[in-house]
Amino acid sequence: MLERAFVGDKKYYAWVISLMAVIGIATLFYLKQFSEGLGVTGLGRDVTWGFYIAQFTFLVGVAASAVMVVLPYYLHNYKAFGKITILGEFLAVSAVTMCMTFIFVDMGQPFRIINVFLHPSPNSMMFWDTVSLGGYLVLNVIISHVTLGAEKQGIAPPKWIKPIIILSIPWAVSIHTVTAFLYAGLGARPFWMTAILAPRFLASAFAAGPALLILFCLILRKVTRFDAGREPVQTLGKIVTYAMVVNVFFVLMEVFTAVYSDIPEHLEHFKFMFLGLEGNHLMVPWMWTSSILAVLSLVLLLNPNWRRKEPILIAACIAVFLSLWIDKGMALVVTGFIPSVLGEVPTYVPTLTELMISLGVYALGALLVTVLYKIALSVRGQWVSSRVIEKQTGSVKVGS
Amino acid sequence: MGIDRRKFLKVSGLTVLGLTGGSVSKVFSSEDSTDVIQPVRPAGPLTAQRWAMVIDLRKCQEQHECDDCVTACHTAHNVPDWGNPKDEVKWIWKESFEHAFHEQEHHYQQEKLKHATALVMCNHCDNPPCVRVCPTKATWKREADGIVMMDWHRCIGCRYCVLACPYGSRSFNWRDPRPKIKKIRPDFPTRTRGVVEKCTFCEERLARGLMPACVEACKHGALYFGDLEDAHSNVRALLAERYTIRRKPGLGTNPEVYYIV
Amino acid sequence: MYDAGKVILGIVVALVLVTFPMWYNLAGEATVTVPDLEKARDSIPSTLCVADTVWMRGHHMDLLNDWRDQVVRGGDRFFRPPGDRLREKSLSNTCLDCHVNKDKFCDRCHTFMGVDPYCWDCHVVPKEIM
Repeated sequence: MLERAFVGDKKYYAWVISLMAVIGIATLFYLKQFSEGLGVTGLGRDVTWGFYIAQFTFLVGVAASAVMVVLPYYLHNYKAFGKITILGEFLAVSAVTMCMTFIFVDMGQPFRIINVFLHPSPNSMMFWDTVSLGGYLVLNVIISHVTLGAEKQGIAPPKWIKPIIILSIPWAVSIHTVTAFLYAGLGARPFWMTAILAPRFLASAFAAGPALLILFCLILRKVTRFDAGREPVQTLGKIVTYAMVVNVFFVLMEVFTAVYSDIPEHLEHFKFMFLGLEGNHLMVPWMWTSSILAVLSLVLLLNPNWRRKEPILIAACIAVFLSLWIDKGMALVVTGFIPSVLGEVPTYVPTLTELMISLGVYALGALLVTVLYKIALSVRGQWVSSRVIEKQTGSVKVGS
Repeated sequence: MGIDRRKFLKVSGLTVLGLTGGSVSKVFSSEDSTDVIQPVRPAGPLTAQRWAMVIDLRKCQEQHECDDCVTACHTAHNVPDWGNPKDEVKWIWKESFEHAFHEQEHHYQQEKLKHATALVMCNHCDNPPCVRVCPTKATWKREADGIVMMDWHRCIGCRYCVLACPYGSRSFNWRDPRPKIKKIRPDFPTRTRGVVEKCTFCEERLARGLMPACVEACKHGALYFGDLEDAHSNVRALLAERYTIRRKPGLGTNPEVYYIV
Repeated sequence: MYDAGKVILGIVVALVLVTFPMWYNLAGEATVTVPDLEKARDSIPSTLCVADTVWMRGHHMDLLNDWRDQVVRGGDRFFRPPGDRLREKSLSNTCLDCHVNKDKFCDRCHTFMGVDPYCWDCHVVPKEIM
């Protein structure tokens, strides 16, 4: 099946090659970071985790969201999701790979990462996070390989894959819960030390991931022969709506606890995000944008008559994704450090090197999604119309 | 041949894995010690059940210009001087009283405390959150004497411990420190970029029967270092005699650096 | 097997290329110049070292790793070599105390063997900073 990745039309090659060019440039920036050290980033003694880890945190959520298509189809026989479970699983593979790459580029001594396995430390949530993410990647690779392979041969997948698929459901929940545990167990950082952090992570994951999946389905409908159908997209839209409602509710709970209790060590972080603190206003425009986008997305999504119209659904999904990306991928991690444990207000701005490396990792993820979706749809004979193949090869072929 | 390419690749892949699996597993198994030399303890190391430090801030506060302890520590341990708050590495430093003891701070606090400085360093907590979060045990609490140690060979530079420390005691090497070390001492290693470092209560000096560098360097007698579990130690006497406070006691970390204010 | 001729030819070519260094050296009678290692400081009798020369040549890296674990993780940093005073388990302070010139001892063999130990990133060479 892998050979399908190497055959495609001009647009496919152009897209793949441009992604690889971005990855290549990012690698050069990474070589600079590897030789000089993480000092080339905007990170410092006070803000120790920043853009890289924030992207990891956001993408774990996207990876976990595959469960939102797997659960209805495999546990509740919701047949409409049958054609898109593979898209969810492949998105999970790509997202987890991006997560691991973001962690790799954030490490001070990346080639010592093996120490995590040579000296297992069950007391550390980071140990469990590596186990969890690694396991989830293996699970999704096996599941997608076996189910797609069976589909290619036109037979049902073997019976032993069913318990593995069922296992992936709680495992998906676990990867994002344990990532939340990284933050939620730290007494030193009151902004993160909240019981609602894991539920909040899951809610935002189940909004952002399916929103992205909707956008992918609609893009695939435009550039390939694959049409997910109206019902799966609409159901995903309902899932995004409910998840976003829950997520916004959770955020308001956080705001209430901080503002009503008026305890400085909780309130100051929210002040930093929404009002600015001691001259540092960098997060303020981002947070208000995120909040406005969140409200806008709910306005568009909650009305079923609007949600049913695809252009509105597209706008809502983009709003959801951007809002949650800002919330997790920009605000959450950095705000935990501002103010610092000593009560100071440091500044953090990612550097060009940091952003270029991150862009390269995202390009890697996009490349993975492209290649994996190409394989899946080629196996189904739904990548390009046979007319295009006829033009290119001068012959008629079944599938591509 | 009756076997398709896909199956051939799978079988040969698994074979290679099986053949190499043996040698890979050796990496993960604990090796026998090639200990050709018998371990020997010198006659005079300083030992304790639970090392603790008492800092008399009253003696320290008057000395605005003095930072002998900081110089002694950073010189003894090849700590680089970056000169900016982003990259800086520090094991011990003078923090404002307001920042070191945030909970004690109020508008009508004693004038002398409002502008006071507090000497801060790793507290070698009894219940250290940094140890709890380290994924490789590159930092751990020594059972023998309670010192929270660092293994710079094992640290992967994830900086999770920096997040977990409520006191900001830990520094990361964002770049190669060597160019910024004023005078490299050959009897203590430098660190490399990409690892976290902090005060280790001078465990290498204690092993040689010497007091920590800061304690020895303080000419105003503000630093006391002793065994908390020895009822007759200097630190126990001080703690019985004077009112002492610790940093962020409510977090349950049980820091072992006490301050006389 | 499909394309049997091409596959077998490919395997043969690959084997020839992979074993190139071996048969090239055998055929060309290349000579090996063993690196000239500077002896330890004269004031120390040559019999006095942590262990005998042959063992050290093959195992000094294991010894250093063990010392690292014993000193850093075990807090056990002293030993007594036969006939000598109490010594530290230290690369910089014990090994380099006798093998003073790293470039004429350590580096010569390491360069010859093509290894690049990163111990020197942290462990100071006393001669280099004096």
